[in-house]
Amino acid sequence: MNKHEGKILLSHGNGGRMMHDLIENLFLKHFENTIINEQYDSAILPAHADEIAFTTDSFVIDPLFFPGGNIGKLAVCGTVNDLAVSGAVPQYISVSFILEEGFSMLELEEIVKSMAKEARYAQVAVVTGDTKVVNKGKCDKLFINTSGIGRVGKKDQLVGKAQKINPGDVIIINGTIGDHGMAVMSARESFNFKTQVVSDCASLNHLIRNILDQSPGVKFMRDPTRGGVATVLNELSVKINRGIEISEQELPVSKGVRAMCEILGFEPLHIANEGKALVVSTVDESESILRIMKDHPLGRNSAIIGTVVNDHPGKVVLKTVTGGRRIIDSLTGDPLPRIC
Amino acid sequence: MQYIDEYRNKKLVLAVAGEIRKVSTKEITLMEVCGGHTMAIHRFGLQAVLPPNIHLLSGPGCPVCVSSQHFIDTAIAYCDIPDAIITTYGDLIRVPGSISSLEKEKAGGHDIRIVYSVLEAVEIAKNHPTKPVFFLGIGFETTAPATAAAIVQAKKERIGNFFVLSAHKVMPPALMALIEDGVGIDGFIAPGHVSAITGSAIYDDVVTSGRLGVVISGFEPVDILQSVLMLVNQYEYGNPKVEIQYRRIVHPQGNKIAQDLLSQVFELKDDRWRGLGVIPDSGLKIRKDFCEFDAENRFPVSVPEQADPAGCICGSILRGLKTPNDCGLFGTTCTPSDPVGACMVSAEGTCATFYKYRS
Repeated sequence: MNKHEGKILLSHGNGGRMMHDLIENLFLKHFENTIINEQYDSAILPAHADEIAFTTDSFVIDPLFFPGGNIGKLAVCGTVNDLAVSGAVPQYISVSFILEEGFSMLELEEIVKSMAKEARYAQVAVVTGDTKVVNKGKCDKLFINTSGIGRVGKKDQLVGKAQKINPGDVIIINGTIGDHGMAVMSARESFNFKTQVVSDCASLNHLIRNILDQSPGVKFMRDPTRGGVATVLNELSVKINRGIEISEQELPVSKGVRAMCEILGFEPLHIANEGKALVVSTVDESESILRIMKDHPLGRNSAIIGTVVNDHPGKVVLKTVTGGRRIIDSLTGDPLPRIC
Repeated sequence: MQYIDEYRNKKLVLAVAGEIRKVSTKEITLMEVCGGHTMAIHRFGLQAVLPPNIHLLSGPGCPVCVSSQHFIDTAIAYCDIPDAIITTYGDLIRVPGSISSLEKEKAGGHDIRIVYSVLEAVEIAKNHPTKPVFFLGIGFETTAPATAAAIVQAKKERIGNFFVLSAHKVMPPALMALIEDGVGIDGFIAPGHVSAITGSAIYDDVVTSGRLGVVISGFEPVDILQSVLMLVNQYEYGNPKVEIQYRRIVHPQGNKIAQDLLSQVFELKDDRWRGLGVIPDSGLKIRKDFCEFDAENRFPVSVPEQADPAGCICGSILRGLKTPNDCGLFGTTCTPSDPVGACMVSAEGTCATFYKYRS
């Protein structure tokens, strides 16, 4: 076997025969649906009367494969979740690849397969895409951009907008925090200890649809990705000019994430999630929403973690396990491990 | 989580705090020497459970904070050595030197890598035999034995491209310097991990010449409060002594193997501490026997001493004379995302801790 067989070459991106074969034998094979199969320059989508949510995100993660997922799964989940927390029903996504010359064809296929699998689970269609190949060293193996479109029903149009939030409203999350960031870190860094932390990377649209269809109490949703829960809550408290109080006791944190954070001196509230939604709801509906969330496989560990308060507007305060209180800021820079 | 949850138990925290209230009758100022203690005090909001007559001051025990600007400038100078790989513990990379930081040098294309252990730096040297690999050795008796072990290993394996720039320091001379300067302190909460290595006798001088109590403390809320209680008892009864609160880790004799490694590889030198100036016999220099691993010996660079940045009062903060709120730069010009002084850079620095946990 030729040692270059199974590698991405510049010719795979030059518009010629090899690129055509790559599209035909890899992308169309896995993403197959009536719209992408047409191979027009644009996907032609049916119109409807609702409002449309439109989002885009680029994925440049290192390493490409990590416990609980890979860059492909992440690229689908990330865009699906951005649509879902805006109250939209995700429908169509585009996928753009920037590939480094020499990248493994086998790894690319594995990534594409998991994208197709995740798209099927989320019930979104990959309807258009693009491939570019750059010279060796001009990008880090593989970058993916996904954009997505979803329909927003009338009753859900305020979900992403943080309006009408009042003191007393509660904050709910659908499970443990910090799993994605710590899983990626443990895959990336050469720790001399093993961890069993797995990324929470998941498409949340079905869980979120259950909540929105069964309860009128949701006032706001956001997925706490980079910067973690702390950053989302800080942005929210500034936007609504209210305080937010969260309880350390109630925060779901897995044993593995907690241990890693203790060792490295990190704050779980600052660590990235890829399968979590923060939900702000009326206090009256909170128990019902919690039940709906816990009934879904992606919400088993859901918990009410805090409330919106009149005090300290624009600030997030944590009630500590020992009975103290402290301000939780947004993340500044990358979290750095402490020396000792 | 074992050894953590029981020491964060709210009932126990409140019970110890109640005991402190009962015993304590006088105003008392205690210095927590270590940045790890400062972190924990703020992270768990411990000041709020203590009575108002107990004042806690942050001391010079954050290794990142006390590393001099000159040290950072020297590390940056090494970036210009052809093919150099600089390895460092994470929080050092944002520390500002006189004109740049390692983070900015990294963005400029230099090969600067964060490691979690000095042994990783040795591995990097093994994997890149043609490139000089520098390890920036910072920390007290806590991290210095690991650096010593790495140097011994490098010698054994004849790794010719591994070099250590040592800013390692020892704790007791800094405490004595503070006492001699007449800072108003009534006792020290001393770092438990330092004494896990050194044992407890290193503080005997503090008690005999300084007439101040020292309690060697663990890092969880109950540990710290119990240490405060022990110091309050000593103070109330006029009986300063060295006591070990962190008995589950610290043995009075310390860790003999680590001590032997330290004295095998390092010798004492006069060293510069940011904010405290030069303190005699307070730094660790690599001995002649291992000089082939001493970056300063192998790659002498001439880096001028620079004055500390204007307006920055890190020095007074490290001495426990001022708090971040006294600083005109704090929270305005100097923030965690754009630090001026080193106390803002490290997560354990007094200013960073104040900024993060201000309430």
